[in-house]
Amino acid sequence: MNWRAKAMSLLLLGFVRLLTGAQARWYGCPPKAEQRIYFANHQSHADLVLIWAALPQELRSITRPIAARDYWTASPFKRWITTEVFNAVYVERERKGDEDPLQPLINALDSGDSLILFPEGTRGHDEDPQPFKSGLYNLAQRFPGVVLVPAWIHNVQRVMPKGEVVPVPVLCSVTFGAPLALEADEPRTAFLTRARDAVMALRDV
Amino acid sequence: MTSFLRSLSADQQVSLVFVLLFGLLLIASGVGVLLSLHERRAGDDDTQAARALRQRDNQALLRSSWVMALVFWVGWVMGEGVAIVLFGLVSFFILREFISLSPTRRGDHRSLVLAFFAVLPLQYALVWTERFNLFTVFIPVYVFLAIPVVSALGNDPQRFLERNAKLQWGIMVCVYGMSHVPALLLLNFPRFAGKTAFLVFFLVLVVQTCMLVQHLTARRPHRPVAPAISGSFHWRSWALGLAAGGLLGAALAGLTPFKPLPAMAMALVACAAGSFGHLVMKAIKRDRGVTHWGSASRSVTGASGLLDRVDALCFAAPVFFHSVRWTFNL
Repeated sequence: MNWRAKAMSLLLLGFVRLLTGAQARWYGCPPKAEQRIYFANHQSHADLVLIWAALPQELRSITRPIAARDYWTASPFKRWITTEVFNAVYVERERKGDEDPLQPLINALDSGDSLILFPEGTRGHDEDPQPFKSGLYNLAQRFPGVVLVPAWIHNVQRVMPKGEVVPVPVLCSVTFGAPLALEADEPRTAFLTRARDAVMALRDV
Repeated sequence: MTSFLRSLSADQQVSLVFVLLFGLLLIASGVGVLLSLHERRAGDDDTQAARALRQRDNQALLRSSWVMALVFWVGWVMGEGVAIVLFGLVSFFILREFISLSPTRRGDHRSLVLAFFAVLPLQYALVWTERFNLFTVFIPVYVFLAIPVVSALGNDPQRFLERNAKLQWGIMVCVYGMSHVPALLLLNFPRFAGKTAFLVFFLVLVVQTCMLVQHLTARRPHRPVAPAISGSFHWRSWALGLAAGGLLGAALAGLTPFKPLPAMAMALVACAAGSFGHLVMKAIKRDRGVTHWGSASRSVTGASGLLDRVDALCFAAPVFFHSVRWTFNL
């Protein structure tokens, strides 16, 4: 990280904490520097920033969020902040040609990084998250050694609803649950439902 | 004692108060450490867990008292401007806690932006520039209209009155109430220049003493007045708290522009407003189904909300401020 990215990250951390508190609640597992995939509900673009800010410093540097390429590379500033500050992995939301959209994630996991994933694929409007897409299942199958941690991001949609530009101060928290493992020959839909239930169960703890 | 206090210069008086305050806090912290060594001994698991919880409660109270005392000290050292900014920050944090626990809808976004980023800074700017006439009516008159207008333009009729009422309440308590504390610093008493910091001290000390005495004497097994709202509000402990606050007020008269009897009357007014305000805030918490403001994770961090600590002050400050102003024709 160069000094500008470092300054930006400190500034952003201060700003996010002032607005939301960005509190991490470790319920099902301690914060630990093992290779993990955190998967969470997705209601706002600020989700990525909040979960990044909620992680402790030591984990933040080894954990890479997934960012939608079309949104986060739309301007030079967004591109700079996702690459330099968040160290994000870009994914395509629309499948283009015959390349595997998961390839960037596989590369990141191969090199030992942890990931922050929003398996709904897109931001939801409802109280409950949408059905999970199969990316999480495919990654779990391919990397059985990586720990899967469900997370519930609370309140972020109130900070900045879709279409608004000025954020409002509201306390937010990220609740991390007990790790999930893909069982031997567990069918895809069963696993994805179980993962979604694990995320939703954290809403009320 | 009173004549000795009057013979000191304003700065010496303030320093004396700080020495006393930090001395008391040091003693309390020392007692806390000793108690934590003592608690390790016998007792079955239940009482021990309850004890641990109570101890954590007390530690949190002590910690926030330290923080508050330090904030006052910094405010005094750096001057009125910094004090106003500090109280503005406190307002911001408690309004954030209040709003977090009041469900808002998307249509409220603009009114929330208005509340946090226009009303709050403007109210404190009015304090800074000493426009007390506008300062007292700005929120009850102008903001009272502005908020629902912005909300109505948000085009969402669902639970409109309820949502707006909650936001208005949050602004009244967290911004309007709190902003009256630094406003005390700027009152122009004849022959009291440079010492208005004592009024803030007087108010905070008297109200917190009243709350503390009320809290400590409430442990006796009596039937609470309104058990559905507060398990610890008894008329007896309330009267004891008030008496303690009033007596302390009379004792501190040397620090204020009042004679002992009016000082006691002012202290009683502030304590009554503060303790009833605290009860009202408890009712709001019960309505929302929570035990404390702030984030929902007491079991993890042991933290409780800032609003829990200062709500009495938010109600006491405006009443005290205006009582003082009208009594002295300032």
